[in-house]
Amino acid sequence: MHLGLDEPVRECQYNQICTRNSSPMETLSHKKKRTPRRKWQIFPGRNRFYCNGRVMMARQTGVFYLTLVLIMVTSGLFFAFDCPFLASNLTPAIPVIGGVLFLFVLGMLLRASFSDPGVLPRATPDEAADLERQMDAANGSSGPGYRPPPRIREVVINGQTVKLKYCFTCKIFRPPRASHCSLCDNCVERFDHHCPWVGNCVGKRNYRFFYLFILSLSFLTIFIFAFVITHVILRSNRSGFLNALKDSPASVLEVVVCFFSVWSIVGLSGFHTYLISSNQTTNEDIKGSWSTKRAKNNYNPYSYGNVLTNCCAALCGPLHPSLIDRRGFIQPDTPQPLSHSNGSGLYPSTQNHTHMAAATPLLHSDPVMMGRAGPPPSGKTSLGGPCSSLAPSQPSLPSSMPGLGCAGDMLTLRDPDAHCHHHHFVSPEEMPSPLGPSSLVLPFAAHGGHLNPAQLYDPASQDSLHEDSVRGLVKLSSV
Amino acid sequence: TRHSASLATKVFIQRDYSEGTVCRFQTKFPSELDSRIERTLLEDTVKTLNTYYAEAEKMGGQSYMEGCLACATAYIIFLCMETHYEKVLKKISGYIQEQNEKIYAPRGLLLTDPIERGMRVMEVSVFEDRGSSGSSLSSSATSGGSAQR
Repeated sequence: MHLGLDEPVRECQYNQICTRNSSPMETLSHKKKRTPRRKWQIFPGRNRFYCNGRVMMARQTGVFYLTLVLIMVTSGLFFAFDCPFLASNLTPAIPVIGGVLFLFVLGMLLRASFSDPGVLPRATPDEAADLERQMDAANGSSGPGYRPPPRIREVVINGQTVKLKYCFTCKIFRPPRASHCSLCDNCVERFDHHCPWVGNCVGKRNYRFFYLFILSLSFLTIFIFAFVITHVILRSNRSGFLNALKDSPASVLEVVVCFFSVWSIVGLSGFHTYLISSNQTTNEDIKGSWSTKRAKNNYNPYSYGNVLTNCCAALCGPLHPSLIDRRGFIQPDTPQPLSHSNGSGLYPSTQNHTHMAAATPLLHSDPVMMGRAGPPPSGKTSLGGPCSSLAPSQPSLPSSMPGLGCAGDMLTLRDPDAHCHHHHFVSPEEMPSPLGPSSLVLPFAAHGGHLNPAQLYDPASQDSLHEDSVRGLVKLSSV
Repeated sequence: TRHSASLATKVFIQRDYSEGTVCRFQTKFPSELDSRIERTLLEDTVKTLNTYYAEAEKMGGQSYMEGCLACATAYIIFLCMETHYEKVLKKISGYIQEQNEKIYAPRGLLLTDPIERGMRVMEVSVFEDRGSSGSSLSSSATSGGSAQR
């Protein structure tokens, strides 16, 4: 980024307050001598983007490909080996229905995996500074009685007091029901869980796709299971059991896969149906946020009261647009959130080796979780997700057991999954650097100094940010 | 040269979560703007925006129809059709632009469309008159959805 632009050029680039769209892109792009970049290229979270930003997934996608392979191989075998027999002996409707189900399952899986789950973009430097100032002010004033620490805001929703926590990574107060996924390093709205099988977080925007995926997969699994069994039985009636198995060896594999899948997938569907009907997220359910065990008069403030409305709201509600605008072009004069620039080098990562690095492992993760050692407390669902395994022999999920329903998944949460790569450890690079703004000064730069950009990003405040964070940690540990 | 202004400060109107997760902004008037604009004008703008957002997120017959139709077509229909929410967002963008032209720019203020800030805040940029100096900004002038979606 060019911090120092020529004097005469400045005059024609910056206009007075213009309420129409100005496009400094044209004037600047030939100065930069490179193609305008899209926002996904400097996205600060740990996501992967494909198809020029149209597809968005988590970093670890290995298990997603496994899911894809399992579904396609099992269905492929079904269509190739069992359907001809069933179509000719029973009815051709079977492969047709199977085909429709299979396509629906695949469609929903891809939708759930590729869409933005509802990621909250990180705060711009101005917003972050404003919030810090407010929190400092709250810190300073003393008063008697109970007052929540400045990094917690309380709000009363529908009669229930809900605590909004401050996210150190994203520098925002998280909206209710949002949570920070440490695997993807993003705050996600209405965070349900991070699903490795889908290769993405499940949040507000893709929860319905996820639910429809597991629901239709349940039907598909049961469908294939039932008809493969039917096929083998019909063949056995004709030529004996062993001959039947010899004639269609694929059936054995299908039955095995389907048998184990049925328990886990159907169980998961049942669990999520319960969650939808009570309008809870997996996160809330596992933490027992609205359970009456916590407090006598605890109830879910988001529930609409009846099952039907809750279901309709979750599945047929309005589809919120993505807030991160990943395919938008980077406007050089728009403040970008502090980021570690996911490898694409807008801000050299050396700037990020600040004193904040010392505090990063603790700052990064959800405040409930202190330090990297040891298994997370049960409230943390972003580790590997509560989705249970599809088949028993999963080398990547040593802790999960076949048939373990989602509700009983506390066990899997205790063991960090092998493929999770110890995401609790945050490298210094990933901590958004308060010094980063020195290169963000560009929008306000090139004044020649009437309004010193440094006044907006006061180096002195960065030290106080550090102190703040450390203080905040001490406070959070007591929350 | 043209009459130019520079950014003095930014005031942020935060989200109001008292009604749950629906998109609403606080109608409480920020004290920093006391000298710049009449209370009622800003409050009216925020209230109108809140009603727009409520309309976008409303769950009623129309949204259910859209949801079911979309599901039946495996969501392919959204390749050619805009969602109801997006339509309302366009209306909001137009409304904010109009408000800026009529009310805020004459007072040296600029509203940024909340969608540009991830619906977290409504940013009000406060400009100081600097006469004919070269220190002007167009950073907040890119409001109104200049980014491609």
